[in-house]
Amino acid sequence: MPSVKFISHSGVESEVHVASGTTVMHAAVDNGVSGILADCGGACSCATCHCFVDEAWLAKVGEPDDVEAQMLDFVLDPQPNSRLSCQITVSDELDGLVIMLPESQI
Amino acid sequence: MSTEHAVIVGASHAAAQLGASLRQGGWQGKISIVGDEAIPPYHRPPLSKAYLAGEKHSDELLIRPAAFYEKSGIDLVLGSRVTEVDRENKKIVLHDGGSIPYGKLALATGARVRKLALPGHDLDGVFYLRDLGDVDRIRSFTGPGKSAVIVGGGYIGLETAASMRKLGMSVTVLEALPRVLQRVTAPEVSGFYSRIHREEGVHIITDAAVEALEGGSSVAGVKLADGTVLDADLVVIGVGVLPCTELAEAAGLAVDNGIVVDEFARTSDPNIVAAGDCTNHYNPLYDIRLRLESVQNATDQAKTAANTLCGKLEAYHTLPWFWSDQYDLKLQIAGLSQGFDSVVLRGASDTGRGFSAFYFSGDRLLAVDAINRPKEFMMVRRALTTGLSVDAAKLADETIDIQQAFS
Repeated sequence: MPSVKFISHSGVESEVHVASGTTVMHAAVDNGVSGILADCGGACSCATCHCFVDEAWLAKVGEPDDVEAQMLDFVLDPQPNSRLSCQITVSDELDGLVIMLPESQI
Repeated sequence: MSTEHAVIVGASHAAAQLGASLRQGGWQGKISIVGDEAIPPYHRPPLSKAYLAGEKHSDELLIRPAAFYEKSGIDLVLGSRVTEVDRENKKIVLHDGGSIPYGKLALATGARVRKLALPGHDLDGVFYLRDLGDVDRIRSFTGPGKSAVIVGGGYIGLETAASMRKLGMSVTVLEALPRVLQRVTAPEVSGFYSRIHREEGVHIITDAAVEALEGGSSVAGVKLADGTVLDADLVVIGVGVLPCTELAEAAGLAVDNGIVVDEFARTSDPNIVAAGDCTNHYNPLYDIRLRLESVQNATDQAKTAANTLCGKLEAYHTLPWFWSDQYDLKLQIAGLSQGFDSVVLRGASDTGRGFSAFYFSGDRLLAVDAINRPKEFMMVRRALTTGLSVDAAKLADETIDIQQAFS
């Protein structure tokens, strides 16, 4: 199973293994990784699953769609590598993905 | 930190969050979540949307997998209905006569559907929509070419209509009031949703008075007061919910349109907190007591309740927000529009697939209904949370960036 490494704002690393097809949001929530709230459960409606994609993975992860991009404009501390983690699906191609978490979602 | 047993009654959004937040907050004692359904807490919003439309499996609905609770030392006591809260002996009694002692109790009992006492209400093929089991039963009656009549033109009714159109069904929505979504939105938003649903092939009848559900053993039609009979292979009734307050009431807790809690989610018993759809609570942003039926309230109030139990008193003060997905339309609502006296539109409601309605009381912005306008939703959520002021004229002018309307 592909792995995803989460790095909290204070630098704590947690690596989780999830089935392909799982979203990065679920990879965090299902494994009790704090820092992702995901209040809407993955409907791209709340912007509380904001994360930063490690630069090395940006190209493979791809760009947000228009809805997600509009929401990202308003998260706390938006960066060029900001994404909503419910919109990134883990696959074998993303095995080893590194995700940084923001200080706060709201 | 307490080593008492924390027992959570109810096993939906608020309960799942309460359990997780108690552990995160350092609760050392045992934690049990007691619910009458057979599966761990799951996301309810997709029930009328992706799950009904067959786009999601029930495993994908779980808020967290069963393994999470096990790892966190949270006992899931499923398939168990609580029949009594015995405050004197600090225990809850279950339907099978068993009991569970508690040190602290959290009531997350939620809400149940409001039922209509219509002739024919007990025919096969007549459903309400609240639980996973409801949708599983509904799905055994759905199929291309079949006819569905939906009683109630609120969010649940309209989402159900959209999902059933996706399934290739012929769909009629009956609304008792002059317009759909009348209780919760401005006329422009109602008009927009009526138009879209008609464009998508849904037959909407407003001012509809249902007289009876007709059929043999299974429903076959819906009879209206004007004599019209609509064919129906299936009827879904979505006319609101009522808070589940019986346990609290019987236990002598203060109840008034919901279990009465203070800003720290405490009931009138110091050992009992409550969170979610079942509570009547104070919202400081709008200076009113209210009951909210939403995931946001369930989740956020559960965090407050968990903090309280962990000895960290932090007042609940979150801005309410909601969402509804129908077809390609993403409606996001920030704030509470009740009591509005004017509405400012950004974009056109009578054409196209997206606009925003900003609700005002005098010059105070109360809320926004943003349809396919996530940026406007996010802007208003921020503005209402942080107290920004707004220029209504700029809001209405789409040539001006939304951020320029706030200061």
